[in-house]
Parts: sequence; structure tokens; C-alpha cells
Amino acid sequence: MDAETLRHVRKPLPHDSGPKHVQGVAQYIDDIREPEGTLHVAVGQAPKARGRLVSLDVSAVRNAPGVIAVLTVADIPGKNDVSPAFGDDPLFVDSEISFLGQAVFAVVATSRDIARRAVKKAVMEIESETPSITVEDALARGETVLPDYSYGRGDADAAIATAPHKLEGQFRIGGQEHFYLEGQVAFAIPGEDGDVHVYSSTQHPTEVQHVVARVLDIPDSYVTCETRRMGGGFGGKESQATQWAVTAALAARITGRPCKIRLDRDDDFLLTGKRHDFRCDWRVGFDDEGRIQGYGVDLLARCGYSADLSAGVVDRAMFHADNAYWMPAVHISSKRLKTNTVSNTAFRGFGGPQGMLAIEHVMDQIAWATGRDPLDVRYANFYRGAENLTPYGMEVEEPDTLHNLVRTLEETSNYRIRREEIAAFNASSPIMKRGIALTPVKFGISFTLTHMNQAGALVHVYQDGSVHLNHGGTEMGQGLYIKVAQVVAEEFGIGMERVRITATTTAKVPNTSPTAASSGSDLNGMAAKIAAGTIKKRMIAYASEAYSVPEDQIEFRDERVFIGNESIPFDELAKKCILARVQLSEAGHYKTPKITWDRAKGTGRPFFYFAYGAACSEVIVDTLTGENKLLRTDILHDVGRSLNPAIDVGQIEGGFVQGMGWLTTEELVFSKEGHLLTHAPSTYKIPVASDVPADFRVALYPNANREETIYRSKAVGEPPLMLANSVFCALADAIHSLDPSKPVPLNAPATPEAVLRACESLRGRPMG
Amino acid sequence: MARDAIRFWRNGQPIEVSGFHPRTTLLDYLRLQERRVGTKEGCAEGDCGACTVALGRVRGGRVHYEPINACILLLGQIDGAELVTIEDLAKSGELHPVQSSMVAHHGSQCGFCTPGIVMSLFTLYQEAERPLDRERINDALAGNLCRCTGYRPIVEAALDACASAPHDAFSQANETTARSLDELTDGQDIFIGSDTCFFAAPASEASLAALYAQHPDATLVAGCTDVGLWITKGMVELEKIIWLGRVAGLDWIEDSADTLTIGATVTHTQAFASLGSIDRDLSELMRRFGSAQVRASGTVGGNIANGSPIGDLAPALIALGSTLELCQGENTRVIPLDNFFIAYREQDRRPGEFVRRIAVPKLKAHETFRAYKVSKRFDEDISAVMGAFKFMLDGRRVAEARVAFGGMAGIPKRATETEAALVGVSLDDPSSWGEAMAAIARDYQPLGDHRASAAYRATVARNLVFKALSETASGETRATRIIGQREALEAAE
Repeated sequence: MDAETLRHVRKPLPHDSGPKHVQGVAQYIDDIREPEGTLHVAVGQAPKARGRLVSLDVSAVRNAPGVIAVLTVADIPGKNDVSPAFGDDPLFVDSEISFLGQAVFAVVATSRDIARRAVKKAVMEIESETPSITVEDALARGETVLPDYSYGRGDADAAIATAPHKLEGQFRIGGQEHFYLEGQVAFAIPGEDGDVHVYSSTQHPTEVQHVVARVLDIPDSYVTCETRRMGGGFGGKESQATQWAVTAALAARITGRPCKIRLDRDDDFLLTGKRHDFRCDWRVGFDDEGRIQGYGVDLLARCGYSADLSAGVVDRAMFHADNAYWMPAVHISSKRLKTNTVSNTAFRGFGGPQGMLAIEHVMDQIAWATGRDPLDVRYANFYRGAENLTPYGMEVEEPDTLHNLVRTLEETSNYRIRREEIAAFNASSPIMKRGIALTPVKFGISFTLTHMNQAGALVHVYQDGSVHLNHGGTEMGQGLYIKVAQVVAEEFGIGMERVRITATTTAKVPNTSPTAASSGSDLNGMAAKIAAGTIKKRMIAYASEAYSVPEDQIEFRDERVFIGNESIPFDELAKKCILARVQLSEAGHYKTPKITWDRAKGTGRPFFYFAYGAACSEVIVDTLTGENKLLRTDILHDVGRSLNPAIDVGQIEGGFVQGMGWLTTEELVFSKEGHLLTHAPSTYKIPVASDVPADFRVALYPNANREETIYRSKAVGEPPLMLANSVFCALADAIHSLDPSKPVPLNAPATPEAVLRACESLRGRPMG
Repeated sequence: MARDAIRFWRNGQPIEVSGFHPRTTLLDYLRLQERRVGTKEGCAEGDCGACTVALGRVRGGRVHYEPINACILLLGQIDGAELVTIEDLAKSGELHPVQSSMVAHHGSQCGFCTPGIVMSLFTLYQEAERPLDRERINDALAGNLCRCTGYRPIVEAALDACASAPHDAFSQANETTARSLDELTDGQDIFIGSDTCFFAAPASEASLAALYAQHPDATLVAGCTDVGLWITKGMVELEKIIWLGRVAGLDWIEDSADTLTIGATVTHTQAFASLGSIDRDLSELMRRFGSAQVRASGTVGGNIANGSPIGDLAPALIALGSTLELCQGENTRVIPLDNFFIAYREQDRRPGEFVRRIAVPKLKAHETFRAYKVSKRFDEDISAVMGAFKFMLDGRRVAEARVAFGGMAGIPKRATETEAALVGVSLDDPSSWGEAMAAIARDYQPLGDHRASAAYRATVARNLVFKALSETASGETRATRIIGQREALEAAE
């Protein structure tokens, strides 16, 4: 089926909540009208980054007017563990303090204001130690959260040693705060027999359910987690919404009253993990054309105090250390370093951006060393023909897609002509320098933990022909709900208004995966289609028998069911089915085919397919101050055959701008004591409207997914973030014009300070 | 007899509220008392704009709507205004043009920033001159963070919604609303609370002086864009708050031939045009000052009295040679603005004394002015380095210079060594500039912090001396600036 016959799928329908968003009536958790007697929770935080809690005196907290309860580790009925997997994230500090801000206790009070003020009255005695804050601190102590891991192909070191040219270096990539506009929030209402209903702003309701049960020592079946929508997630609410949901649930258990916790923005910065920052130690050997003969990279990830999702995050960095490039001999190694900082976590791209930026930086280094155009160096290294095996042994099945996509963008963006114009501009402009870069993205789609690639959906058709839709995916703004609703409306041939989108809840669809890894519509769209398709088959079977018409002559479209030569409204058939005792409810289940991954051997097919894209960005740099601006960006991105082009373009633009922020103005600064100094929007600067290029051209690359995905679409959540690599490389290109004989020592983020530092270095007068 | 309630206009009705704690913010009033929860809390410090509401006040006979961060505005501060929140825009089920345009252009994703963005665009819709361009919309949105969309669809929604003159229920009711607001206006002092815990809004300088003399421990609040954070972040237990916003005579701008005098409660928005007319660089600095929301609340006097070590505006006003008038009861004194800042967070302000007005000398024919705000992000950021230069020229030579920097010391401070080294410098001989550039290192030993390292600040300050001289020499800024090029501003005038 294609666009001509499809009625809902592929249409640029607006976000289902759009009209509610603009009127302020879309309900977030803090907007739910609280039952009388609802209490509010605030968290008491460790004032030191590393050490031992010798004593905790909360008597003054308890005695504060309005305080109902103080929760400490002693109040936990079950396990003191809110971790997603490795058992190393306590709800409250027992004795070991692992980072500054770590939750030590919680106050439950009659108002949020009272609770926030009361936490300050606690007295803690701490034997503190010197914390590890940086990658170097952790290396010196030899502390990691998980074992080192590496894989490769051939003898990379020998290939580098025998190559005509070799380079090596150290490249630093900063972390990133999610800055979802809705901070972490949860609301728990106690029920009977110790059960609890938890509203959580989470990307992973099943995990919240499971961990609440673990901490409260009750069966999973006693806990329901419900999530209608998040005010943004970006990975920050995949594993790290759990702690707050558990805190609210514990408070509800102890007090027997509804309890809510909403973190203040500064606390949200201090208490929740971020994108991992990396030090990448790289070495490369290449020929005169800039073709890589051997590549080695050590990815040193700063994980914070616990493992959280660092196993998968750093694996994904390794999976993307090649980006789009063939490496005959390669060695990729990683360390998951433990520091006394908040535990770093999932963030759009999940490590992929860091691995990918490192190789893009190396491409630029090769270009600077050979004097070739950076784009030509990239072309020379693309996967092609038989040179199509990734370092982890997965075949790149459509290497021409990326090649053609990049060629197209090269032309539509006028890359070559603009490069000449920029060179002419720079020759006559001593202070202002322009730069341009065109960089590719190849991003693997699937959870690399194979079992997570499954989803469920629950569809009911009621007797009036209205349809209740529920699935395990969560809505964080990305438009998952409308995409899945389009699929279901398409299946039944009914109008979108008949499909009621309902809140994600563990009571309807159990045992779900997080909405993450860009997989939301691939997995849940398919599960919903299976559920709706099953109901439809039953309706067809009934109609075939009742009307004595062959099943292949029954069709659902335009709100009607066409049965041979006659047609009846959809709702009429629904009613008839119910009278005939036909089941009009179904739970659909989908699991992604083809994927395998043997981590011990470092080989397999961890991804169902790859999503591709490319971006060309042009910047201008003030070489006296390091201030810089993005002037124009052209994007061509492969979403397969789009389920909803408006939603997909929104993901592409939003992802790109978020990536641009990561690589330019967003800087996380920790003091040596472990205090995060950039802990609010006043000091941590995400992009604003004027940072977006005035000339911003985004196009979808027409390319059906070769795999059987939902309507041949491709996942779109994460890949576009890495299109912003073009901005970083363009900044380096501008700086490079100051002295083309030198490489550009620019680390990410390229803040004005980092840019000026690199400029001064090329001018031979290093900044102190 | 003081009034013991505030009065404001809401949805065609006068509302009276009394008995609230002085620290109550407008956002908490909306969400916890009115239970109107469309207005969101994103950061509680006036930086993300999710809590944006519109306040209408009468100026020049008609109601003007300004965007306000409700999270750091005290409830008492809305006295006399019309309060418009996100719930008020759609009328009988029909979306406001700004709302329907946002939906049509896919301007929302997660939707959490959306109410604030819609309210910012609502004020733009009411107030902005047509035709609107992208830059004007970017300015209006500088105080609204969106993490999902990348802003492009929002800007296009604004271009579309504001294509023609405002035509909605609010623009149509403007005259009658103005009359209603006039009726709320009285010359009465407001005093809500007790002698130990109160929100007061005196209506005259005499009342203010008397009240402040009686309660020298009270906190004076003008726009509350800084004090608001003491409450929401510092958890400071402020019990006595005197709001200056109703004091007659403090909100005046006097524009004489050689001096601009700005009353203490004049907001940045109100001062924008007058200050901007002194020099284009001052206009550009004002454009980049905070955000539309912060400029609408924050005052020029408050920005100075508050004594921030950076205070983007202070270095520029010091370089221009501004003076400050301070009042204590009946006593008044005038001091050079540079003398007001003594040490980090310490000012020459005596107990019970308040800033009355600031006098800014205009530029004379032989004087030039250049100001540079260097920050991580161009818009809505606090500068890492803020440099301002006034050169008094004798032909092609610098006869005298006034140079002041923010971010380079614990206070906004003059660069006296640099000023001395600039005397006699030839604009036509860049080789004579080196001494002035080097002198900066003797004027300041900057600290490093989360905004920038000491080395960066020192390097930028030195380079800004070069930049100021070369721009003064060439009379051009196209080859030396990414944004705020003077030629572009000139063309726009």
C-alpha cells in the first residue's frame, strides 16, 4: 500500500495533543487535582561527594511545623535499590556517600514549600574523602562501574604502524543535561491491601512498577504505573524517573496518604544523570588519499557513581565508532569509569553521538594532514561494495543509500561552490572566519539488549464503533501516540476521531520495554497493527459468514465495511459482532526479527537496520572572542517511508538543534569538590530561537525501508541529533583557516572559550 | 488609610485578594490557589519562560500587554493590572489566532513550554509593529526555552499569526479594559499583613521614605527578577517586602538635551528606546538584556541597586559617566555610579536609603561609544565579559577615554590604567594600541568560574580594546561583529 490508497498513514497530521498544549489543558502529573490530604515530598541531599555518613540527625526536621514524616533507609520495607539492573543505586544513602546531592532522606509535609524548607534542618556528620571527579581522577584510582570491553578486526596497531601516514590524539567530548521542560515528578496514591497507583513522568512504566514493588516488598501486581504524557524525556526519564516514583510510593505507604514529589529544577540538575562525557584516545593510519588502513580508539566514559545504563550506552558508543566508514583493521576499546558524580544515563543517541563524533573528528584530522577536502576524505572511507562489514561483523546491507544521500546533499547544498566562496571571504577577512562541513550519520536501530525488542498493545472496539487504543510506548512529545493511532485508524478504515488514545499503564499492557532507542513507533506501531488486525480478521470472518461473501471481498474504508456489493457503517458491524459473541478486544505482541548479538565474541547483527542522514552546516567565528553563529544548515534525512512527515520533520529539526546545543553552548562544569556549577538555565545554556540558523533546509530522503517495518518507515528519534556533528566540524573548519598547516585543537563543546582557545593556539600564542 | 488588598482585572472581572504571605509568587497563586494549572513551572528562576503570563497595564491611554515570568513575580505586584493566562485566550471554544497557528505549524511537541510560548507570542501579537520579521520574533522568544522543536515551527507560527494587525477579543476590548484598569487605580498605599510580616506598596515617595525608615530591615523590590530567586532558590525567609512599583514619581524618564534621567522603577522595556537613542550599542545591549519577560519586570534602578558583579548594564552606564541619586528620608545625595560599587555584593547604600534615579549623560559630538557583551549564548545569557568604551576624540586621536568592564572583578569596575594608556593613541596607527591592550592586565585579575576561565576573560578583554579602537578608527563594524552590527541597526532606523 502506498500514499494513494492510505488514508491516515503518511499524512502530516498534527500532534494529537496540539490543541490541548496550546490551551494549557494537556494534563501533566503536577496538574492532576490532588485528593484532599495529599502530602508533598522533598529530598535531603548529601553535602559531600564522597565519604561515609557517620550520623544523621533529623529531629529538627521532624519537629518542623507541617512535617508529617521523615523517611530514611530504616523505613524501606524491601530492598534499598532503585537501579535498573546492577543493584548499585540506593534510594537513600545507608552509609557510603557517592556523589554530592545524593539522596540521604526525604521529608513528607503538608506543602511542597514546607518540605523544601524542612530538609535544610537536618544535621549530617560525614567523614569525607577526596572525590574522583574527572576521567583522570578515575583512571588514577583505577575505579570503574563495569568491566572494560573491547573488540575489533585484524591487527589495528600493525596496520597503523605500516600505513603511509599516521596520527594520534586525545579528544574530549562533554556531557549534556537533558533539560526536559517538565522536571522529574511522581504522584502515588495508596490503595487497599498495600497496593499503590503511581503516576510517573517516566519513559519506562514497567521498570517503575517493578522497582516500586522491589523497594516496598510487594508483588509487581500490586503496583500500577500510569503515564499519560511527559513534558520531554530525551532519555533522562528512562531509568532515572524511577527513584522519584519510588520515593512517592514509599511516602504513600508510610503515611497512608497520597504523596507527590516534584524536583526543583536545580535539584533535578544535581540529582539526575546526564549524557556521558568521554575522553577518546585515538590513533589512525591512512594512505595518501586519506583512506583509513587502521584505526584504534579507547573510549573512556565518565559514568558517574553507578552503572545505571552505562553498559548499553558505552556499547553503543563502540557500535558507532565507525559511523559510516570502512576500517580494514580496527580496535575499539572502552572503559566505564567511576566518578563521584551523579550517575550518567541515557540521552538521545545513547552513546552513539560520542563514538560518532570521535571518528568525524579523526576524518577532519586526516583532511588537515593530507590537505584534502574533508568531504572527499569522508567519501574515500564510506562503506562500499565488499567493504561493508562493521567492526562488530554486521553487514551494511545498503551502503549505496548513504553514498547517494550524501551526493544529493552535496549538490542541493552547493557545498563545493560555497567552500570556494568561504575561502575567498576568509582571505579578505582577518577577524571573522567562516567554515563549512558536511557530515554523515549512520545509526543502528534496535535495542542492543535483544530481549528488549518487543512490545505490546491493547485494542478494544466498542459497540458504538469507537476504538480504545493502548500500548506500552510512552508519549514524551515525539508524536508516538498519533503515529500509532494513525496505524490503527488505517487498519479499521475509520476516522482518526474514532480512535481514543489512552494513557500508558502497566495494568493494560504489561512487561514493556522503555520508550527508547528510537524504537517507539517501530515496536508499538507493529504491536497495535497486529492487535487491530486480529480484531479485523474476526470481524471479517463474521461478516463473511453472515453475508455469505468471501473474506477477500470484504474491505474496511471510509468509516464503512464493504461486504461484496453492499456496505454497512463500521459501528453497525461492531454491534452485530457483539450480538454474535465475537471478541472485539485484542492484545497484540511484536518482536523484532533477525537480530542477534554475541557480546562475548563481539559479533552479530545487533541492529535490524540502519537509519541514515547527512547535514551541511556553515558557521561564522569571531576570532577575537570565540563567539560564533550557525548561518545555514541543509539536512537530508532518511526516515524510510514516513508514517507522519510533519512529526518526523519535527524530530529531525528538534534533534539537530539539541545536538547543536550539546556541541556548542551546553557546558557542564563541576568543581573539584564535585559540585555541579551549571545547575540551572541561568548558567546552563541550551539553544534559544536565535541560535537556530535563519536558513534551515530540511528534506526527507525518499527511501523505503528494505526491512519489513511498520509501513516501511524508519525510526527517527535519535539519529538526527548527530546531524549536529556538522556544526562542530564547521567550527573547526573556520578555525583551521587561520593556519591551514596546523590541526585544530578543538574539544566539544565548542563554547566561545573553547573556540578562542583553539584560535589562539593556531596563532601560536596559547591562551593561559 | 492604606488598602489591605490588591486589586486586579481578570476575565472581565475585578478581583480582590488579601491576606496572602508577602513571598507568595504569582505562579503559586495561579497553580495552588486559583487552581489554574495551564501555567507551568519549568525552572522557578525566570530563565525558561514556561510560566509566562501577560500583564496588561495602561500607558498612553491604552492597555499594553507585556510577558511576565510568573515564577519570580510576587502576587502583590499585579495590583492594578489585567492578568491574562493561557486559559483565557480561547473564547467560546475557538482558539486564539496564536493558538491555532501553533497547532497548524506543529509548534508543540511535549507541550510543556507551549503555554508560556503562546503567552509570549500573545503579547507580541498585541504589541508588535507589522510587518514582523524573524529577528523580532526571536527576540520575543529569547526567554522561552523549548527543548523539543528546534523553534523553527514556532517562529513560523508567529510569522503567520502576526501577519496582520491584532484582531481578537483583547484588542477589541482595549478601550473598555483601559477604563476598567483606570478605575482600579488609586493613590492609596497598600499594606497587607502585620508589622512583622507584610507586603507593602507605597504610592508616594513620602510614604516609601516613612515606611522604609520605620522598617530599614525590609527588602525593597522593584521588578523582583533577582529577589524572586532569593525566595524560590535561596529559600530566604523574607517577611517584610516593600514593592516600589506603585511609587509615583519613580517611574519617570526625563529626556533633556544633554542628559537622560531614569527613575528607579523604570523597567528595561520602558527605558529601551530612550537609552537606545544614546547609542546603537546601548540599544543592542538592551535588546540582549535578559529576555522580554525580564526586561518587562526588571528595572534599570534595580539592576544597579542589586550590585551584581556583572550587571550587564552597569559597565555601560559607568563608561558613559552616569550618576546615581540616593534618598534616605528627606536626604538626597548624588554620586558617580562607579563609586556606588565598593566590593563584591557591597554597595554604597546606607540603611534606609534607596536609589531614586540615574542620570546618564548623552554623547557629545566628539565622543564615541562601544559596548560588547561576550557570553556563551548570544541571547538571554549573563556575560562572561562585558566591556564598554567611551572615547573623547581630538581629530584622529583619543583625547580621553572612559572604560569599564563587568565580569573582570568582583564589581563592575573602571579600567583606569587602560584609560590612561589610551590617552593620545592614534586611531590611524594600530601599532600605538599595544600599550592600552596590555594595560588591561594591570587593571584586572579576573577569576575563573562556570562562565569562563580567568585566561579567557583576560584575553577577551584585551581583544575588546583592540576591537573598540579598530571599529572607532574604521567607523565600521561589519568586519568585526557577528551580531549587532551598527550598520544594520542604522539601516533599520
